[in-house]
Amino acid sequence: MRWLALLTLLFLPQTTLAEEVVAGLSQDSISITANFDGSDLLIYGAVKREEPIPQDSLLDVIITVEGPSEPVVVRRKSRTMGIWVNTSGVEIDRAPSFYAVATSRPLADILSQTEDLRRRISTRQMIRSVGAPTEITDSAAFTEALIRLREREALYVLRENSVELKADTLFSTDFDLPADLIEGDYRTRIFLLRDKKLVASGETSIDVRKVGLERWLFDLSREEPVIYGLLAIIIALVAGWAASAAFRLIRN
Amino acid sequence: MQVYLPIAEVSVNAFLLFGLGGIVGLLSGLFGVGGGFLITPLLFFIGIPPVVAVATGANQVVASSVSAVLAHLKRKTVDLRMGTVLLVGGIMGSALGIWVFNILSRQGQIDVVVQLSYVVFLGLIGALMFQESLRTLRRSRAGPVAPIKRHQHLWVHNLPFKVKFRTSGLYISVIPPLMVGLLVGVLAAIMGVGGGFIMVPAMIYLLGMPTKVVIGTSLFQIIFVTGFTTFMHAATNNSVDLMLALFLIIGGVVGAQIGSQFAARLKAEQLRILLALLVLGVCLKLALDLLIEPSELYSARPVGRF
Repeated sequence: MRWLALLTLLFLPQTTLAEEVVAGLSQDSISITANFDGSDLLIYGAVKREEPIPQDSLLDVIITVEGPSEPVVVRRKSRTMGIWVNTSGVEIDRAPSFYAVATSRPLADILSQTEDLRRRISTRQMIRSVGAPTEITDSAAFTEALIRLREREALYVLRENSVELKADTLFSTDFDLPADLIEGDYRTRIFLLRDKKLVASGETSIDVRKVGLERWLFDLSREEPVIYGLLAIIIALVAGWAASAAFRLIRN
Repeated sequence: MQVYLPIAEVSVNAFLLFGLGGIVGLLSGLFGVGGGFLITPLLFFIGIPPVVAVATGANQVVASSVSAVLAHLKRKTVDLRMGTVLLVGGIMGSALGIWVFNILSRQGQIDVVVQLSYVVFLGLIGALMFQESLRTLRRSRAGPVAPIKRHQHLWVHNLPFKVKFRTSGLYISVIPPLMVGLLVGVLAAIMGVGGGFIMVPAMIYLLGMPTKVVIGTSLFQIIFVTGFTTFMHAATNNSVDLMLALFLIIGGVVGAQIGSQFAARLKAEQLRILLALLVLGVCLKLALDLLIEPSELYSARPVGRF
């Protein structure tokens, strides 16, 4: 099932022509089947150069994998009449459903804040929250909470020092994609940095799709909700009848 | 073996689902309850989104009630006319319940309403059952007592639109059964249950129906109400997960068979105390979740997903 798809990525030079990224993925599509249990993703590549390796600075690599973004409502509980109830909420405009960052060295040592703001690399930068209701003064706390919740579910992951870099030319890293993936295009980005500044970058995407029975059930539930509802009832009726019939057979 | 649920979009252990379905089936086989009141909170505990748990729970109740009602039809312990009246009230209640459910769901208050309903009803029923089984235990030790007086003349019997219910031996207004059906329908939609555990006492104490037709009639109308609830949830929320339902139903069917085999051999009162304790346990767990300060005050839910 695991097949190698060597995708050569052509990247337009960003800042300088001196170094470019050539990269590949172990798979360019992931199928969510009924027994889908997560997936391993290997991202590897090389730095292409026309000139000798620069010796004045260290080369660093950051690789990100990002699930489809969507609006998220974050709610906060407080005690009302003795019980804990959701009392305030902030709608975050866009947050990736999954976000993993792998780096060759600690993120703070290799990425400047300006570069992070410009390229949106760290998890915090990936979450866009425009406006909160006026009665909420601490909207940043809601964004922090979203990151915390998703880090706990391993949906947001930062793995520092996990990109292996050989001879300043070859790099590779492994991502564990969780079982609770949602469908969509997963964007992967590769950044080459020197002196905390971007030297080259590239991106590609992985297609994550439900297939087979999962695909069929999901589509049916959205496109033909009436038929889907009837099907649910028929299955229950048949199962109930079959159970009683089988029970009678066993007893006789 | 993990199974990916296409609607809930989570991955769960298939054997865990078989097990949950099986335990609930076992209980329904043993005690004649639909089991919806247990399956839905158990699904919350394993991380199924509440909206999906409620809709899919209703679907499982359809299966277990069909299986049980067939035996009752054979024994002629189903009052079809009374069942139909309850059913009309039930469908109206269910439609009302779905409407309320969707409003609360949009405001982010559905979880707390569902949890509160569970705490209140499980607590009430659990306490009643516990008390009743204690009393029967004590009575069986003390020896026979005078039978409870039946056919009392309540206010219920003075309302208009009287109809004869032959199987139940009743001549009463259709308004009380319609109201009972309505209430149970609302609860069914909000809590994802068949409502048998509320319907049965209401039929005995409010309508004065004879005990032998109560369970069959309750099951008969539950099939239609939960069937309608399942359909409405599927049509308006797309929240019925057939994959999840399938595992629960198969587990439940096997469990129900084993349960009914056991039921013949075990002592009823002691079993009822165990069930009461189980119901109270689930109720306590849900109540503590509401009362104790949670370690995480925030929760996140994507818009447009469950």
